[in-house]
Amino acid sequence: MSQVLSPLPGTFYVKPSPEAKPYKAKGDVVAVGDVIGLVEVMKTFIEVKSEKAGTFREYVADDACPVSAGQPVASLEF
Amino acid sequence: MPIKRLFIANRGEIAVRIVKAAKELGITTIQAHSDADKDMLAVRMADEAVTIGPAAAKDSYLNVDRVVEAAKASGADAVHPGYGFLAENAGFAKAVTEAGMIFVGPAASTIERMGDKVAARQAAEAAGVPVVPGSKGRVETVDEAALIAGAVGYPMMIKASAGGGGRGIRIANSEDELRELAPMAQAEANAAFGDGGLYLERAIKSPRHIEVQIVGDGTRAVHFYERECSLQRRRQKVWEEAGADCLDEATRDELCRTAVALAEAVHYRGAGTLEYLYDPGTNEFYFIEMNTRIQVEHPVTEMVTGFDLVKEMIRVCGGEPLSVSQDQIKRSGHAIEVRLNAEDPFMQFLPFPGKVERLKLPEGDGIRVDHFMYEGYQIPPFYDSLIGKLIVHGRDRADAIAKMSRALNSLEIDGLKTTVPLHKALARDADVAADAFHTQWLEPWLDAGNLSSEQM
Repeated sequence: MSQVLSPLPGTFYVKPSPEAKPYKAKGDVVAVGDVIGLVEVMKTFIEVKSEKAGTFREYVADDACPVSAGQPVASLEF
Repeated sequence: MPIKRLFIANRGEIAVRIVKAAKELGITTIQAHSDADKDMLAVRMADEAVTIGPAAAKDSYLNVDRVVEAAKASGADAVHPGYGFLAENAGFAKAVTEAGMIFVGPAASTIERMGDKVAARQAAEAAGVPVVPGSKGRVETVDEAALIAGAVGYPMMIKASAGGGGRGIRIANSEDELRELAPMAQAEANAAFGDGGLYLERAIKSPRHIEVQIVGDGTRAVHFYERECSLQRRRQKVWEEAGADCLDEATRDELCRTAVALAEAVHYRGAGTLEYLYDPGTNEFYFIEMNTRIQVEHPVTEMVTGFDLVKEMIRVCGGEPLSVSQDQIKRSGHAIEVRLNAEDPFMQFLPFPGKVERLKLPEGDGIRVDHFMYEGYQIPPFYDSLIGKLIVHGRDRADAIAKMSRALNSLEIDGLKTTVPLHKALARDADVAADAFHTQWLEPWLDAGNLSSEQM
């Protein structure tokens, strides 16, 4: 198992807009560089990308909630 | 002073600024804050502090009901909105007034009127303030467009009457070009919006952004001269000056006179700013919009005039008449403000909300720093990246730039990435020294690699 970490502190989002579907769902294939979520930091949206390839398991941070830098936001399995 | 207890519905450096001004007026300060802002400087400085909700601004600083409820419950008799958040929200101003408190700003109806582009343009025209010349309404045919363009003058911007954004915008430099481009713009407008109506406006190439500070008491208004704010990145001001050396005295007088005329015509109360585009080529200026609040860059005006604008706005909103007449307001020297943002200028200005490890601020005659930092303060990531403003006042523009350079060199904020390197580079740039820039200058300058880490 591996975790995707937030690169910055801010507010984490699992989807690109309130109406959209989450970026990933359980069982989705994840490639290196795939966007997993967004972090809003000081009114700027930064994409959170996976540094590993694998299968998406779950989000471990809640949508639209504060996260700190280095905090796990999702988990993958291989 | 009818205001005894002032509720500050904002955060960051402007909250600190308001707390200081209110204390000097003998007013008790009540600082609103979100859960993420418990440790902010204004909370520590204010007489009282009140939590208004969670970190997300929409649930705290932008939540009208919560803010009004908290203000009411705190026993406040007035609410200062600062800038941003709810400062230009007419519904908020109305809710504050209906709850029996004073809104430190203009009447809700004035905010509404000046916040509407068309209504503001009409109010400006009625008060004799020049607006960007163009067609009075929609234009249906190419011949009609050519007739209007001939009267207004080229270059002419052709826009779709319906819709917004940049869709269908074309610039014609002559009637031949207009006759070629207008049908294309019409076709595109029709395809995009199902409406081929056009709107024409004079294209102002490489304009400068000039604005006039006014304060009104509802009957009378005065101006505190102009500011020059053309150095912008992504429409955000980066470096601001008072005054605008590019203006001659006659143009400056006319600009300021018309600003007062408009403020008095709308019975303006509080501090406000009229923004203009200035065409240095033709020496013409055009009103674009009015900001009905105190602005980030108000300190440069305070430096050259010696007046405290925040105190004055609190006094007039409390019901006092203006404390000054126009002939008492003089300007001396030149002031510059730079915005200190927690961003990495070498990494596409990526926000960098770190912890302030060590803080050394420049001191001296004509140097001012408005900020909300202290050593050990963790900057929250949920809000704006503005962490402070460095303001200098010199004998003239060259002296102010030299003073800005020295002040930037003695400023140390450890633990964060800030926009200080950008300001250092601007302070030694030849075009900046020559006052040869406009609103479209900074972004190409950055794209051309004028800011690189090797130079620092």
